[in-house]
Amino acid sequence: MGVFILKRLLSAVPVLFMVAVIVFLVLRLSPGDPAVMIAGPNATPDQLAALRDAMGLNEPLLTQLFVWLGQILSGDFGVSLVSGQPVTHLIMDRFGPTLSLSIVTLIIAVVVAIPLGVVAAWQQGKLLDRLVMAGSVLGFSVPVFIIGYTMILIFARILGWFPVQGYKPLSDGFGEFAIRLVLPAVSLSFPYIALIARIVRTNVIEVMNEDYIRTARAKGLTERGVLMGHALGNAAVPIITIIGVSIAMLIGGVVVTESVFNIPGLGRLVLEAVLARDYTVIQSVILLFSTIYVFINLVVDLLYSLFDPRIRY
Amino acid sequence: MTTPTLTEPSVPAQDLPEMTTVPETGTVKATLRAVFSTWAARISLIVVVLIVAMALLAPWLGTQDPVQIAPGERLQGSSLAHFLGTDSYGRDVYSRVAYGARISLAVGAGTVVISVLLGIFFGVLTGYFRWADLIVMRFMDGLMAIPGILLAIALVAISGATLTTVLIAIAVPEIPRVARMVRAVILGVRTEPYVEAATCLGTGIWAMVWRHLLPSTLAPLLVQGTYIFASAIMTESILSFLGAGIPPETPSWGNMMAEGRVYFLLKPELILYPGVMVSLTVLSVNMLGDVLRDQLDPRMAKRL
Amino acid sequence: MTDIASAPKVVLSVEELRVDLVPAGEKPIVRNINFQVMEGETVCIVGESGSGKSVTSMAVMGLLPKGSLAVTGGRILLDGEDITRVSATRMRELRAAGVAMVFQEPMTALNPVQRVGEQIDEVLRLHRKWSSAERKKSVLDMLERVHLPDVQRIYRSYPHQLSGGQRQRIVIAMALILRPRLLLADEPTTALDVTTQKQILRLIRELQDEERTAVVFVTHDFGVVSEIADRIVVMNRGELVETGSCDKILSDPADDYTRMLVSSVPSLIPRCGPIEKTPKVLDVVGLSKTYGKKGFGKSGNLVHAANGVNFTVRKGEITGIIGESGSGKSTVARCVIRLTDPSEGAVLVNGNDIASTNNLKAVRKKVQYIFQDPYRSLNPRRTIAQSLMEGLVNYGMADAEAYAKAAETLELVGLPAGVMGRYPHQFSGGQRQRIAIARALVMKPDLLIADEAVSALDVSVQAQVLDLFETIRKRTGIAVLFITHDLRVAAQICNSIVVMQRGQVVEAGTAADVLSAPQHPYTQTLIAAAPAPGWDFQNFRPSRAV
Repeated sequence: MGVFILKRLLSAVPVLFMVAVIVFLVLRLSPGDPAVMIAGPNATPDQLAALRDAMGLNEPLLTQLFVWLGQILSGDFGVSLVSGQPVTHLIMDRFGPTLSLSIVTLIIAVVVAIPLGVVAAWQQGKLLDRLVMAGSVLGFSVPVFIIGYTMILIFARILGWFPVQGYKPLSDGFGEFAIRLVLPAVSLSFPYIALIARIVRTNVIEVMNEDYIRTARAKGLTERGVLMGHALGNAAVPIITIIGVSIAMLIGGVVVTESVFNIPGLGRLVLEAVLARDYTVIQSVILLFSTIYVFINLVVDLLYSLFDPRIRY
Repeated sequence: MTTPTLTEPSVPAQDLPEMTTVPETGTVKATLRAVFSTWAARISLIVVVLIVAMALLAPWLGTQDPVQIAPGERLQGSSLAHFLGTDSYGRDVYSRVAYGARISLAVGAGTVVISVLLGIFFGVLTGYFRWADLIVMRFMDGLMAIPGILLAIALVAISGATLTTVLIAIAVPEIPRVARMVRAVILGVRTEPYVEAATCLGTGIWAMVWRHLLPSTLAPLLVQGTYIFASAIMTESILSFLGAGIPPETPSWGNMMAEGRVYFLLKPELILYPGVMVSLTVLSVNMLGDVLRDQLDPRMAKRL
Repeated sequence: MTDIASAPKVVLSVEELRVDLVPAGEKPIVRNINFQVMEGETVCIVGESGSGKSVTSMAVMGLLPKGSLAVTGGRILLDGEDITRVSATRMRELRAAGVAMVFQEPMTALNPVQRVGEQIDEVLRLHRKWSSAERKKSVLDMLERVHLPDVQRIYRSYPHQLSGGQRQRIVIAMALILRPRLLLADEPTTALDVTTQKQILRLIRELQDEERTAVVFVTHDFGVVSEIADRIVVMNRGELVETGSCDKILSDPADDYTRMLVSSVPSLIPRCGPIEKTPKVLDVVGLSKTYGKKGFGKSGNLVHAANGVNFTVRKGEITGIIGESGSGKSTVARCVIRLTDPSEGAVLVNGNDIASTNNLKAVRKKVQYIFQDPYRSLNPRRTIAQSLMEGLVNYGMADAEAYAKAAETLELVGLPAGVMGRYPHQFSGGQRQRIAIARALVMKPDLLIADEAVSALDVSVQAQVLDLFETIRKRTGIAVLFITHDLRVAAQICNSIVVMQRGQVVEAGTAADVLSAPQHPYTQTLIAAAPAPGWDFQNFRPSRAV
């Protein structure tokens, strides 16, 4: 197991390296001169040249890449081109809201989706199944911000149960914190409920056709016993996989939701940075999210062995 | 039919008539039949056809110039002059919705073409030529690790907001997913006895790819292409909504929603009209994808 | 055996059973089935694929797939109780306690994520109100009774940690732990090697004798039938053809179909004499194939799939390689056509060593390969003509000429040239295998490799395809390397035989020598394990040679 974790950690290194290279290339090779963007259209050629020099843009591309990689490895993510603050500070400031939103969303999604998927599988082809499936297609066909605005309209504007927008940290009290998270988390959870419920349903149905399910029936188990005792355990691996994928996908949804509900998280940070062409911040946030993605995959891989004894490391 | 055989009169004669009309799942005909067989599929197909028609025929559907600003007619409600009212610049919402279909469908189709073609290329490369696998798949892993929306936002923000940039920004994150699927199919098929049999018959590399490997990726590609089409329309609307989409003056559903944000509490329909269009389009295309998937390969259901 | 004299009690009585598709098709899947099974008796249901034998056994178990098959007529009486009419609750009580089942695939019949001990324990939890200590003791006892070693360890094992034979013992333990009145065994040994098969058959018989269990044994294999059956039920296309005692059916079948079926079973008596005068087409010298990574921590982790293998095939000769799974016989075959690259040794085809040549195209003109599974060896998206012409076109022949040759070859294997435009799914398994043979023959190879080429076929179709090989050999003088696990098939067709075990050749010689006077203990074990060595099915009588 220890050896496996080590190997898996090592295998993450080339992926993260690739991420860094891709991000670097995307930012540097795209048309548009960062110096012009920062200095503005009215800068004189002399000012631009000085700025390029200061930013290291006159060095060969490869040198720039390695200088940057070296800085990252030493923990130096640079300073914001706009505010001049260290990027690490900016990220730390914004991490809390995003983390809270993501965790609450994920909990809602998993708690709702797994029973829905199991029930749909059980009732395969019947009305309940059709309803769940139709709802699930709907769930990931409606853009998250539409769901968000609709919920604001109904639950905040018309019914007045929740505040319209905003965020309060947990340190301001749990009630204040929670009541502001309900709408964003619920609306963000829709596509993930849809996704996870579908995967649960498909895999449970697939497992129910296996030979060992027939064996279990031949023992005299009830259908419920077969489902709970034998089918769910065998469907666990793909379900964990899709939950992992959902966490990775959450990152995209967070950007939108934070924007709709005015939550000062990483999503808003990256949007602000993009609009201000703040390269260092964009690079760092993308790199951070990608690293999280890679490590979630690692955790998912490790979880497999808990649920399937055939997978041993 | 009953040609006398040289070696064996003992071939059970009753076997031969049986061969006549066995329907096969997965053929074009059977697929089309299935697509029309359920109500959900028929309705989805009708909706998609209607939206395509709306895009193509937009100028003849009683629309006005979708970019014509009329400061005197801001934020009007529905009327005979403006079926769906006007937006904050006094532009006709109905016309913008109709013309917006063009952008959404173009983005969907363009994304599918780019991502599927490149995905096939990398998928075949890594699935059949093992030496390429290590390098290319590492790159693909890296690309997959980057949240697609963030990459797209960054690309658009830096390269400038044009339709082409948006297309590339949406298509690039999809490439590794297509490539992985093609690679997986090819890895599965290349050990099939019929592929080994072709090897034994002296079939060369390119003939092998063309005759035996690519055809088996067609069905899953059709399904995945449908889903990509839907998700591209969704992503475009998100990008525009976040202010990192195609130029704001272009009438697109995403842009309409982005502009409607400010007046949301005052006039929610400015967001809801285009929102319903996006949802309806994405929903119908996804439903078609589900039907195709169930028909072409039940096992693919697992991959969603 | 069983005591027939003391008024045997009927355990299972199937009366006028009819099973239909849901919704009903044109013709019931299974119709008018009548048979009885007495206490302590073994009744074999025999039939080819599509005969309805498995459907019948699933109906008895009440396990027909819901929504697609249903009993629509007749009765199934278990100790007088009609199980087609009992409630779902009563049926669950009866399962495992009254009627238990052993399935074909031991690899998939057990839940892969649960310890096998717990899976057996579950049966007791469902049907007995015992303490966990009592249950555990009972499970361990049962594991002992099915002759598993180190039962404490086995109890804690997961299915993937056990061999196929061990898993089948677990399934049997699970089925018999409640001492059911009736055991249904659906092809329980088909997926196992012959030596394991023999042990499992003996085990079922032993446990049956202890408990006087009634056994219904579903199989396609007449060898197995003749070993274990008291009575035989023959089924064909959903109908009962004939029932009778084992002796009666094997020596004097009344029905034509039964006669055809029984006489299709190849006998163990070698039929073909040696061929010595013709030139060597294939000469394999010291062939080895090793798998496994070198270095990286664990060295010496190499698997010798083939180790120092020597044999020859002459023009007009059929040489068989026989062995159980894992013996390396397929590895050798694949090395000969370079689908696998040999690690060491020489493979001489017409005197030229191809073991390390880079000109594979030249090799594949001379050597052709026929695969086991006729359903997967033809590209489903290409017509028969396209499949047959592919090789010729690859070697530069014009389309029209290739088409003519393909049509000619198709007739040679017994199919009309008119079917050239059809797709593989329009053909039966036997017909597909003929097409695969035609695809190989059209290349006019000097050597044909048949890798378990008849193993996936029903016995009557198998007999026809074996005849086809024989005819082709006579007409073309082709050399054939014939890989099989089935001694009867080898006896039928091979001139000489190579026996492999764990990657090594343990015995080689003429078919007559190897099969009739085996020298190596492993060969002797294999022959002893082959079911019904003493029966000559083709002539409905005991064989005199053995």
